[in-house]
Amino acid sequence: MSLKASVKVSRTPFALDVQLEVEQGETVAVLGPNGAGKTTLLRALAGLVPVEGRVELNGDVLEDSARRFRVPTEDRHVGLVFQDHVLFPHLNVLDNVAFGLHAQGRPEAREIARGWLERAGLADKAGSMPRELSGGQAQRVALLRTLATEPRLLLLDEPLSALDITIRAEVRRELARQLNSFRGVRLIVTHDPLEAIALADRLVVLENGRVVQTGTPQEVTARPRSRFVADLAGVNLLRGQGHGDHIALVNGSSVAAPDAGEGNVFAMIHPRAVALYLTRPEGTPRNVWQGETENIDLQGDRVRVRVQGPVPLVAEITPSAVRDLHLHVGAPVWISVKATEVSVYPA
Amino acid sequence: MTRRLVLALAILFLAACGAQTGGASATSAPSQTGISVFAASSLKPAFDKIGARLQATKNVVTIFNYEGSQTLTAQIQQGAPADVFASADTAHMTTVESAGLLSGSSKIFAHNKLEIAVEKGNPKGIHTLADLSRAGLVVVLADPSVPAGKYAQQTLNMAHVTVHPASLELQVTGVLSKVSLGEADAGIVYVSDIVTSGQVDGVPIPDDQNVTADYPIAVLKSTSNGPGAQEFIDLVLSSDGQTILKAAGFQGV
Amino acid sequence: MSQGRVPAALLALAGLGLLFFLLPLLGLIVRAPWDQAIGAIGSPETGTALGLSLFCSLAATAVALVLGIPLAFVLSKTTGNLRSVIRALTTLPMVLPPVVGGVALLLAFGRKGLVGSILYQAFGIQIPFTTAAAVMAETFVAMPFLVIAVEGGLRSLDPRYEEAARALGARGWMVFARVTLPLLRPAIFSGAVLCWARALGEFGATITFAGNFPGRTQTVPVAVYVALETRPESAIVLSLILLAVSLAVLVGMRDRWLGAL
Repeated sequence: MSLKASVKVSRTPFALDVQLEVEQGETVAVLGPNGAGKTTLLRALAGLVPVEGRVELNGDVLEDSARRFRVPTEDRHVGLVFQDHVLFPHLNVLDNVAFGLHAQGRPEAREIARGWLERAGLADKAGSMPRELSGGQAQRVALLRTLATEPRLLLLDEPLSALDITIRAEVRRELARQLNSFRGVRLIVTHDPLEAIALADRLVVLENGRVVQTGTPQEVTARPRSRFVADLAGVNLLRGQGHGDHIALVNGSSVAAPDAGEGNVFAMIHPRAVALYLTRPEGTPRNVWQGETENIDLQGDRVRVRVQGPVPLVAEITPSAVRDLHLHVGAPVWISVKATEVSVYPA
Repeated sequence: MTRRLVLALAILFLAACGAQTGGASATSAPSQTGISVFAASSLKPAFDKIGARLQATKNVVTIFNYEGSQTLTAQIQQGAPADVFASADTAHMTTVESAGLLSGSSKIFAHNKLEIAVEKGNPKGIHTLADLSRAGLVVVLADPSVPAGKYAQQTLNMAHVTVHPASLELQVTGVLSKVSLGEADAGIVYVSDIVTSGQVDGVPIPDDQNVTADYPIAVLKSTSNGPGAQEFIDLVLSSDGQTILKAAGFQGV
Repeated sequence: MSQGRVPAALLALAGLGLLFFLLPLLGLIVRAPWDQAIGAIGSPETGTALGLSLFCSLAATAVALVLGIPLAFVLSKTTGNLRSVIRALTTLPMVLPPVVGGVALLLAFGRKGLVGSILYQAFGIQIPFTTAAAVMAETFVAMPFLVIAVEGGLRSLDPRYEEAARALGARGWMVFARVTLPLLRPAIFSGAVLCWARALGEFGATITFAGNFPGRTQTVPVAVYVALETRPESAIVLSLILLAVSLAVLVGMRDRWLGAL
């Protein structure tokens, strides 16, 4: 059981061009900034948006634009869970959950629906109307409504983002439980890295309609290939040309690194590896630059200082260090990074 | 900004009112006078010609208001300003007279008789009033509240004919249009209506079954141009006016 | 009710507007011959006209619902030039003088009409001058109100409800009947009321296409017109009765039936 999709959607402001494969038992999270095309991708897989390309699920062709073949949404047997539940406001919880079963013509629709509600601990809400539910309950009911139809492909559009942060963790745990026992292909779309990492076995990073990186959450965060993932992982990411023992950045600056290789490369530097000085440091570090403090951000017991200069970097230091250096926005400062702390990999 | 808007609206409103009263009253140009004539709708073709004649000979501009006699009577009673009233029957003129709204007395200026209107070519072969009671025939009459309708009932009663009309039109012109459109097989209208219409054929009703409508005309008390009003009536009663009326299907006096 | 001060100028203009509506109504009430009113109310002609008016207006509304809702639905799904054409056609009766509408109906459905001639020659069916004709005339002028109201409701409907239903496997008809229609209830209701009110007051198209005959096609507006010439007091009383009926329905309509779910 698997999903094989090659999806191209031409719609302003950008074109979506994605190749995707998801195996059964694998939860894939499509991660990306807002506007990257994640929701469009999901809707395309659900059949709500026409695509140029091919979508195949468990060997059945759902869409093949080359042969002008398209299975309409209602016949695809895929489940779609929206960001803000979209429960039918005029039906109560039980009828909402039973809706898909009615559509399938199952005579015991309501009994089956009641079973799902009981297993989720929501049986007492069966007669309530959607507007009487809390955000978390509504989202759980929406998930049940979709699961009840036993779809072959489960598509979740930012399932937790509309919820309060306080209840997100709880719903996330339940979602993880449900996903594990779901016997189909699962695809989640999100811009929340926590959600992605907590729920997914594999990440697909989407930016401007294109896949920029795939891998397990660990692989992806260890070696970011885009600003978005770098920001997610909280690391510095530089891009340039490798020349053996150093990397030439676009603006001409040079970063020393032991195995820079040749060709287009990424250079990743963890903020912890960036040291700040008031005066030019003497010592082993090959990478020393002068810069100006742009931003100081207190995060718990650490401080992240962004420094502008020939090589813009973020450094992570202690609050006392900030005091000692009398750092403030606009203050001149020297950065140094050990060459061995520069992690280089092909772009 | 708002104040100017309100001012502009007020000026527009007053101008509109002014235009109305300005038109209805007399002198618009030094050498022209005007009158307004309320006349029964059946008089339109004839009176339009008479009005043109009046302008050509006496330089009096006539504005006509053609409606059912009952509507005109109601309007006059409500105080609508007019100079001359020409009704399709004496009853309505009497109503206006009793209300003291006439200046002087009324004069009969024409007669009209009833005739059966049928589609051109008379496809249903209607030749008498009795034919109107044939089953399956769609007959349309004027409502009894209209003089023509009242007379039609009288005619049918005199001929001892029972008709089940499909509709009781609110104006004689309604009867005519239904017949000419082919939606009704027959209707009872005035002879003058058939003459001026040209879209229908007429089947005459013998005099012993027919009703003669007397058309009276009079100057109204609310007139603002007595001499002009009298000119109009004089022309109507003159041989010129009578010729025009006869050509339109009326009988002269 | 929303709080907040209304600018004086707006208040003044609104007051004028209200007065404009109120004065004719007051004129009607003040001039009514209340002593004759009781007799007039009970008279058979009044009862017949009123009964016919209610029957025809309700029938017209029913037809408008059955035809107008699907029409609004199709309209909301079409795009481009076709949509402009359909919309123009469905709103045409609103800008057409009612009498013109009546003439048009005659030319289409009369004995010599486009469709009417076929019906007449083949089946002997004559539509003009019948109660059905009165219903058709009222439907013609009133249906656009329903179509516009329902189309407005459809446009403001969150498209994701239909998408959610389809994703759950519901086919076109089930989506329409079990999701779209229930969510449209407020728009349908207010559209139906507007439609009914317009149908009730229709005069020009009725008199031209259906004619005037007591008990068959003489609806209250037509009866008022006839009475106005000969028995003005009856006309006033009839008008008041229609006014009372309309007011009762409009006032009785609760906000919650019109409001969102």
